[in-house]
Amino acid sequence: MSDNVNTGIQWRPTASNDALIKRARLLAQVREFFALRRVLEVDLPVLGERTVSDPHLDSLSTEGSQHYLQTSPEYYMKRLLASGSGPIYSLGKAFRANDRGRQHNPEFTLLEWYRPGWDESQLMAEVADLLQDVGCAPNAVAQRVTYRDIFLATVNLDPHRASLAQLVQLASDIAQRNMRGESRATCLDLIFSFEIEARLPPGVVFVHDYPECLCALAQLGVDGQGVTVARRFEVFLDRTELANGYFELLDANEQRQRFSEDNRQRKIMGKAEIAADEKLLAALDEGLPSCAGVALGIDRLLMHLVGAQHIDEVIAFSS
Amino acid sequence: MANYSTNEFRSGLKVMLDGDPCSIIENEFVKPGKGQAFSRVRLKNLKTGRVWDRTFKSGESLEGADVSEQNMQYLYNDGEYWHFMEPETFEQHQADKTSVGDTALWLREQDTCIVILYNGSPLAVAAANHVDLEITQTDPGLKGDTAQGGTKPATLSTGAVIKVPLFLNEGEVVSVDTRTGEYLNRAKK
Repeated sequence: MSDNVNTGIQWRPTASNDALIKRARLLAQVREFFALRRVLEVDLPVLGERTVSDPHLDSLSTEGSQHYLQTSPEYYMKRLLASGSGPIYSLGKAFRANDRGRQHNPEFTLLEWYRPGWDESQLMAEVADLLQDVGCAPNAVAQRVTYRDIFLATVNLDPHRASLAQLVQLASDIAQRNMRGESRATCLDLIFSFEIEARLPPGVVFVHDYPECLCALAQLGVDGQGVTVARRFEVFLDRTELANGYFELLDANEQRQRFSEDNRQRKIMGKAEIAADEKLLAALDEGLPSCAGVALGIDRLLMHLVGAQHIDEVIAFSS
Repeated sequence: MANYSTNEFRSGLKVMLDGDPCSIIENEFVKPGKGQAFSRVRLKNLKTGRVWDRTFKSGESLEGADVSEQNMQYLYNDGEYWHFMEPETFEQHQADKTSVGDTALWLREQDTCIVILYNGSPLAVAAANHVDLEITQTDPGLKGDTAQGGTKPATLSTGAVIKVPLFLNEGEVVSVDTRTGEYLNRAKK
């Protein structure tokens, strides 16, 4: 099918009919999965007064009213958890400015869920169940590997104990430019994204026990070697990053500190500071139940299910 | 020149890198689940022709390079420099051997070619895709041999040596594809 031959205006969907049918089926499967497990679907605002302070995320804001399109439903979900919602999931749109590429569209579909009383290990098992249920790698067993082991196996460096100089050296080799002055976190992200991700085993792979400097909103713990690690995991499906989960940070004061640290970083990066979400902090003050949470990119999962090379092939109308 | 941030990197954008003007070939956006996003950029160094792969943090920027392409008329070679003229302003530019490179083999006086200017000076020269050049030396051909394959070397007026069909003689003009150095057809004088 071609677009209008006279005007050349490309009005047709970017996704095939087959991809749209598979999308509808996937959304139904996800809802059924959680209905059977008695996890409540919550339908949350995409337009909010506050947004994340994460220096690596840029929110889209609305003109005039100073609201933000949400980069994830996380803060709303935590307020629900603190008010006693029990296990909840959200399946909806999220927005991230400037994210555009083969696997990124500024507007995308995010599945996020929280399990009060669970830790990240239990949640990883549930993610594996979900992936199996929707037809991913039906016969493959999900593998788990620590961030340390995959680093050691691939680049022969211990990510927790390597010196900053060693990380900068390796990052510079990969980037083909001098990365001196960059942080541990940036070097680790670079090494992982370019050197390790592409060499992960195929199928479903859980990478867990992240370095402390990559903790984001995860609690810290101590691993078998006595090293402080972030209780965070990422899920890879055929070497594509699919989901990111935490044993969630509960401490309101720690959260306050991370907000101000984010803003300090934003300032260095020349980005506008983001006011802390006081309602989230008040909810945390009241008490968030111990829980594990994960966010999973539905479009990427769909790319895998239909064998798409570009995210545009699974989105009816890409941005 | 303006600075360009990684999210403005597009193929064809001219930027400065390590002091040399470069043209962006492609830009791949890569982002971990949380944390720093990157751009893996493939660039062609316009001075050396070498292709570089470099990784930048999202939001980093590069200075734009003052590079432009101009159609110019090739005037003459004085033994050291090749001289070109802008057809509208009659402004003349001289290019050295490094900038002209192998394109010298396809430059015929009065022909129009493309000169890439960097900070106003020629950085590289590209001939038209097809040029007509006279054969100045070739061994005698075989009469009547027009259909059979078979080629022989021929030296053209610019010094280039190409393979031509056997039936062509000295003094004849041929069309050449300058990108491949291949004979295309016999041209009118």
